[in-house]
Amino acid sequence: MSLAFDEYGRPFIIIREQEKKKRTKGLEAHKANILAAKTVARLMRTSLGPKGMDKMLVSPDGDVIVTNDGATILEKMEVQHQTARLLVELSKSQDNEIGDGTTGVVVLAGALLEQAQKLLDKGIHPLKIADGFERACDIATKRIESIQEEIDIQKNNNEFLKKCATTSLGSKVVSKCQDLMADIAVKAVLSVADLDRRDVNFDHIKVIAKTGGSLEDTTFVSGLIIDKDFSHPQMVKEVDDAKVLILTCPFEPPKPKTKHGLEIKSAEDYERLYQMEQNYFTDMVKRCKDSGANVVLCQWGFDDEANHLLMHHQLPAVRWVGGVEIELLAMATGARIVPRFEEITPEKLGKAGKIKEISFGASNDKVILIEDCAHSKAVTILIRGGSMTICDEAKRCLHDAICVVRNMIRNSNVVGGGGATELACSIAVQTAADQIEGIEQYAVRAFADALEEIPLALSENSGYNPIDYVSKIKQEQITEGNPFLGVDALGKGTTNMYEQGVFESAQSKRNQLELATQVVKMILKIDDVISPAEYD
Amino acid sequence: MVGNVLPNVFDENASADAGELARMQSFVGAIAVADLVKTTLGPKGMDKILQSIGDPTNKRAITVTNDGATILKSIHVDNPAAKILIDISNTQDAEVGDGTTTVAVLAGEFLREAEKLIQQKIHPQIIIQGWRLARDVALKTLREAAMDNSADEEAFKRDLKNIAMTTLSSKLLLHDREHFATLAVNAILRLKGSGNLDYIKIIKKTGGTLGDSFLADGFILEKHISTGCPRIKENAKVLIANTPMDHDKIKIFGSKVRVDSIMKVADIEEAEKQKMKKKIDKILAHKPDVFINRQLIYNYPEQLLAEKGVMVIEHADFDGTERLAAVLGADILSTFDNPEVAKLGTCARIEEIMIGEDKVIKFSGTQAGEACSIVLRGSGSHILDEAERSLHDVICVLIAAVKNHRILYGGGNSEIRMSLAVDELSKSVKGKQALAIQSYAHALKQLPTIIADNAGYDSAELVQNLRSEIYNGKISSGLNMFKGIVDDMQTLGVTECLRVKEQALLSASEAAELILRVDEIIRCAPRRREGQ
Repeated sequence: MSLAFDEYGRPFIIIREQEKKKRTKGLEAHKANILAAKTVARLMRTSLGPKGMDKMLVSPDGDVIVTNDGATILEKMEVQHQTARLLVELSKSQDNEIGDGTTGVVVLAGALLEQAQKLLDKGIHPLKIADGFERACDIATKRIESIQEEIDIQKNNNEFLKKCATTSLGSKVVSKCQDLMADIAVKAVLSVADLDRRDVNFDHIKVIAKTGGSLEDTTFVSGLIIDKDFSHPQMVKEVDDAKVLILTCPFEPPKPKTKHGLEIKSAEDYERLYQMEQNYFTDMVKRCKDSGANVVLCQWGFDDEANHLLMHHQLPAVRWVGGVEIELLAMATGARIVPRFEEITPEKLGKAGKIKEISFGASNDKVILIEDCAHSKAVTILIRGGSMTICDEAKRCLHDAICVVRNMIRNSNVVGGGGATELACSIAVQTAADQIEGIEQYAVRAFADALEEIPLALSENSGYNPIDYVSKIKQEQITEGNPFLGVDALGKGTTNMYEQGVFESAQSKRNQLELATQVVKMILKIDDVISPAEYD
Repeated sequence: MVGNVLPNVFDENASADAGELARMQSFVGAIAVADLVKTTLGPKGMDKILQSIGDPTNKRAITVTNDGATILKSIHVDNPAAKILIDISNTQDAEVGDGTTTVAVLAGEFLREAEKLIQQKIHPQIIIQGWRLARDVALKTLREAAMDNSADEEAFKRDLKNIAMTTLSSKLLLHDREHFATLAVNAILRLKGSGNLDYIKIIKKTGGTLGDSFLADGFILEKHISTGCPRIKENAKVLIANTPMDHDKIKIFGSKVRVDSIMKVADIEEAEKQKMKKKIDKILAHKPDVFINRQLIYNYPEQLLAEKGVMVIEHADFDGTERLAAVLGADILSTFDNPEVAKLGTCARIEEIMIGEDKVIKFSGTQAGEACSIVLRGSGSHILDEAERSLHDVICVLIAAVKNHRILYGGGNSEIRMSLAVDELSKSVKGKQALAIQSYAHALKQLPTIIADNAGYDSAELVQNLRSEIYNGKISSGLNMFKGIVDDMQTLGVTECLRVKEQALLSASEAAELILRVDEIIRCAPRRREGQ
């Protein structure tokens, strides 16, 4: 198609150097795309659920990551194929929007594409399939809305929040201490949550990891931890009733930004400059001290002399505090960030109950702990673990759990976990399918089949015979009319997710369905792939 | 691109291995690493020679060592599972300082057991469930088995020495272990429980034999006293500073000197000199007997100070100054305007002494009595390096013991006790997990087996004997690796620190679990380096 003829019958080329470009089109393009996307989805399938397996990823630099988190796996495996990349984006957007369910959404998209492939083989037009999926998705989300239950999240000492967090952590490596982690996640979110506005600002929750100890040693700190130490080894290591001064200017000689030359012409000049410099530091430290501060946190470095003067004036100080941390600190302590020494005033100081330096292990790793902040919004979770690999994974798990808790606070409607909701939606879509006229009926039915893929994968990963098991719950769901029946992945003996306390946020589920459908629609609409020639 | 061919989802050089293949890779890698360090375990363990390749200036640099962390740190592996083992070994090193080999070997043994179970078609998740139950029981047994003698000072000191001896028995220092154990314990006891490693300085000097190593009371600084200064000072007041003493530059940015005549240059030079002189005067106002600076001191200020009879020590590196300040109880000064509030350190005697061929400065009778230096002597730098590593391990273990108080019997005693308890648990657990629990018990038993193997004894016989002895109530039994018999650990005084064992068990279990949970390995294409 890229070669055309002008009115005189002479050929001219529309796409240049086309022999170097890769191009697939028509049904072939569809199939190739679906295949690529399915490959990615298949990778993720075994990670689903509490009995899911982990993936080991070796980064380009040779670092090892072991993870179970869908978004991380997809992000780190550096997918090259263009269509497969769409799935990576899909997982990422679920991660950004909801924070959890990143594996589920990819598996669902894969299942949808698999069904679409069958329909394509039957000769149904891709757009018809896409429309059918769209309609089915509407039915499914409506079903979710009808079965969701609003729960009182604060009842029973936040029992529900803990359960939801536990469900999310169940599938991760940290599951051996999931109660502790769930507890920490709930505590962290609740201490920063604005329950009236149902909003949680994640910036206030800081998660840091230090190797050593065991996962059980992970602690929640109502305050902040900065991974720094006091600038002078002989400063006081502990300050009670701290008044914090936060600076974003260095304790260093002034460096005017404009280009200039300062010329010393005589010995007197030299003397004067020297005097000025001497006073400079004294003045800086005096200003800090006069404001009543007893701890100084600075974004920049200190000159040796200034450092000593600070110590001398009993002003413990921390240098090179990162920009984000500075902001967190300012929020937590209620301090105003001071950009110039001239602007230091007592009102700009923040308050904290206690600031101290603590150290870990034999390697003398030091961190600074800031507790009982005046506006105790910011909290920190300190993760401990046998190795960096474990710590990193625990960090990701906690992030997921925190997201789940946040979602519950934002929207406290829940549905059953363990594939129960997918099954309930599948049944609803199946029933609705028969009333739809036209070819789309097939697509809607295929959607229902695809939805079953989640409980199927779950039961397979949990060691059941998937078809046998899922058909059994499905039948039970229909006869009992209970949309909370799902896969008993942990072998607790009941398929009732309500009793097991396995919940998921309804909003997250809805989001999964919508996102997966959207991506599948997008992939189905592609009928021509032109990739540029490789760089030589 | 034909429809049926699997499209390239990844980059060309990337690879993905799934299921059995991936699992096999992790097992093989992890077990290979564990086997690599296995032979260094125990009192009769062998050393390894490590030869570096990367360093162009020092191509043939070699290290002879028995320390697991050092070996693992130096080898380059490509296998991701092996990397995890190396990682936990490093963490063990950072956290407790010893047991770095044990942790890698134990994780390797766990995985070896897991491999067998997987072959029997048991799902990894079930194995993990079983392991977690087993781990909890093992940990509980370990903690129950621990003894606390800290109430009785004499007994505690003996315990510490025993721990030191036990730790040393697997190192190069084996033959002088009595000597080094005493050294280490004395050094630790000086710390009075503070656990601050900074106060113990290890200095290596070639010459003599290992047996000539000694514990020096006080602090040794490997620097020189500047020329023209007194060599000995008694009851000295020490000023420790961190200030430029070369040219005291004007720091205000962009300033430069531009003059129009030679005279003015001389003026400015004079001004500079005056400035330095003023600084010296200020320093002298503190009335120090000794002046130690972190930075260089040029001849002019040195001369000025020496004239006043002040002992000058320049260029004491950062660690040195910090330690000195802590030991002498001085502030590190950078400005000298307030002599009345500045704290000077005190020291009963500062002198220059000779160790071997080298001059060092010794500070004795310091304010903080904690400080001491261990001077290692030995016939070559490799021996000294290894001795230092061993001594570091011992000191770390002792610090852990001092903090934690609780000790265990060594010689495989604790492993067998854990193994027995875990075995007992397996009998009461239903389902396939029980198999995993049994395998956990078996893996624990492997540690004493390897130690016995390394010593060339009939390990199967010995370990089973030990097992029955303990089962029959002789709970202080263990392996005597010098005679090759089961012996009473209490009379032999073979003890270990609980903290080390605990951490090793936890890390090894965690790492084994992490590796076992993997069912797919994806390798990204290696990053292209410049010029490739």
